[in-house]
Amino acid sequence: MTVTPVNAECASTGSAHEEPGGAVEMSMREAINSALHTALREDPRTLVFGEDVGRLGGVFRVTDGLWHTFGEDRVFDTPISESAIIGAAVGLAMNGFRPIPELQFDGFAYPAVDQIVNQLARMHYRTRGAVTMPVTVRLPSFGGIRAPEHHGESLEALFAHVPGLTVVAPSTPHDAHHLLLRSVRTDDPVIYLEPKARYWDRGPVGRRNDEAPGGTVEPIGASRVVRAGRHATLIAWGAMVRRCLQVADLAAEDGVELEVIDLRWLKPIDADGLAASVARTRRAVVVHEAPLTAGLGAEVAALVTERAFRDLAAPVQRVTGYDVPYPAGPLEPRYLPTNDRVLLAVQRTLEY
Amino acid sequence: MQAQEARAADPLPPAHARSLYRAMLTARLIDGEAIALQRQGVLPAYVSARGQEAAQAGSAAALDIERDFAFPTYREIAAALTLGVDMVGYLASHRALWHGGLYDPVASRFGAVNAVVGGPVPHAVGWAMGERLAGRTGCALSYFGDGASSEGDVHEAMNLAGVMRAPVVFLCQNNRWALSVPNERQVAGGSIAARAAGYGMPGVAVDGNDVAAVYRATRQALEHARSGGGPSLVEARTYRIEPHSTSDDTSRYRDPDEERQWRERDPVARLRAELGEAGHTDDTLARVEREARESAERVRDGICARPEPDGDDLFRYVYAEPTDELARQWRAWREEAAP
Ligand SMILES: Cc1ncc(C[n+]2csc(CCOP(=O)(O)OP(=O)(O)O)c2C)c(N)n1
Ligand SMILES: [Mg+2]
Repeated sequence: MTVTPVNAECASTGSAHEEPGGAVEMSMREAINSALHTALREDPRTLVFGEDVGRLGGVFRVTDGLWHTFGEDRVFDTPISESAIIGAAVGLAMNGFRPIPELQFDGFAYPAVDQIVNQLARMHYRTRGAVTMPVTVRLPSFGGIRAPEHHGESLEALFAHVPGLTVVAPSTPHDAHHLLLRSVRTDDPVIYLEPKARYWDRGPVGRRNDEAPGGTVEPIGASRVVRAGRHATLIAWGAMVRRCLQVADLAAEDGVELEVIDLRWLKPIDADGLAASVARTRRAVVVHEAPLTAGLGAEVAALVTERAFRDLAAPVQRVTGYDVPYPAGPLEPRYLPTNDRVLLAVQRTLEY
Repeated sequence: MQAQEARAADPLPPAHARSLYRAMLTARLIDGEAIALQRQGVLPAYVSARGQEAAQAGSAAALDIERDFAFPTYREIAAALTLGVDMVGYLASHRALWHGGLYDPVASRFGAVNAVVGGPVPHAVGWAMGERLAGRTGCALSYFGDGASSEGDVHEAMNLAGVMRAPVVFLCQNNRWALSVPNERQVAGGSIAARAAGYGMPGVAVDGNDVAAVYRATRQALEHARSGGGPSLVEARTYRIEPHSTSDDTSRYRDPDEERQWRERDPVARLRAELGEAGHTDDTLARVEREARESAERVRDGICARPEPDGDDLFRYVYAEPTDELARQWRAWREEAAP
């Protein structure tokens, strides 16, 4: 993979090409990679480490080139010890570093959950602010790539439930780049969920975060309306955002105008943004890959109901995975929300 | 590499031995006050370090607090005291005023009280890796118990430290018991020090009730780490004289004879006898003892008087960069739940 830093001071090379307005076209993988280059270059306290992230450049090549550019001290392979990876990140943060550890796959975050929940998330609290935990945990996440067991999990509800954590999931290369930099620059621990089904999707990456005009810092927790519409609001994150955009195209053929919200930050959730959209559309459908019960869709539905009860013309609909373990290849497309299932939910809410 | 059994250490220089005696005795007396305060209902519970004072003071005294950092569990009162941690702030954890304690861990070079068995051990490794990366010369000292030695985190941490050559000393206080479970059911092979060989680091078992032996072994491990040699493991063999905590009942699982035998090997009494033999007069020692008692009483009064934390602290430290959602909950709490 060719590394293409987004920053103006770095030469654009390889497959990426410059778009009008200073944006550079690249894949999400490259966009994350360029953000890691930026993070390592702009702050000597940042470190990238994890399993196979060094010489190999990561199993998805997201960390490609970092080891060569920044050297063994800043970018290094660790033993296969997820708990120690996060535990070491906690100790490094206590010693003034800003670690960006990678856990190789969603399902292998579970061995690190103790360190994430009992240590990382609450060290700032436990020490009454004497130490900060500027740690961004990168976690290739969600399904859709016909991978082995434990490589298709959605952990957002688990982490969103933990006080002290911030959770974010980009859906485009632009957001992947800028949300990662925003995560790295906050002093709190962030779980950064990368939709691996979108790693190869290409899109323009602006030099500036367009959420933050004039160089101001983007607020953590801002959602984005990625398509305006007036008949119902689809709410999604990660790989499901593109699914919802496809559904909106299909619905438009029948004259139904769907608004699509990319939630982006899964903790904190942009409750105001959701309420504002529902005030316009009066109907909401939330879509996620994770199982239904106690999924983040329940939180979204509760927030919409609390904030916009009088605006709602129908109960919030949920289109999600099922309460089953994440399935293997051929069953994957029958588990994940499909266009048809989302359209059916839209129909239900319109006909309520 | 073979785990070594350290031989009885040469005595420490008199002034040093006396200052360790002061620390150990003060910790012992504060520990006793804490047990009494629990009985009086001031502390909801307490975990005594009685019998482990030499293991803790000896290892902590080997640190250079200008540059090193200690990572404790929940039973390190004598280590904390030796490092000069504010003892009222330390006991605040046991008075349940704030889980991590109310001392400043950064200024104290002593991490917050940590109740996850094995949990802080990888933190010590990460901190030590940071020292090496920053080109500094500090070392981390990681305290953990014989029970903790069974945790995956401890093994992951030791292996990581080994491959990274992190300047960390793993200090296991093997006090024979992990709550109700003895070494025989906890430590396969019988030696925690022997595990070091598997991680390519030196491992040594010392008499944990001999403060000079613990001090010298820790000192040597620190010098090894500081000179670029990487991690090592020191197993200080000692005994938990008191129950696991004030809520525990040892009659359900251990033989009182064993307790009696270990009471006779009391590290504080042993050091006092050694100081006497080395020519410290009774007057000198009586003065140390009086000062220790006064200081324990000040800590006792201090912890009783320590005000409860401000209710807003519930919300204040969750994030460094506060979120609107938590601010909303905080406002709601003020309106609905704050007294
Ligand atoms: C991960 C974890 N498991 C269980 C416990 C409950 N627990 C607290 S102390 C303890 C025994 C620990 O024994 P050891 O490591 O030998 O330390 P000691 O109490 O003897 O100082 C147990 C089981 C805990 N605090 N953390
Ligand atoms: Mg023990």
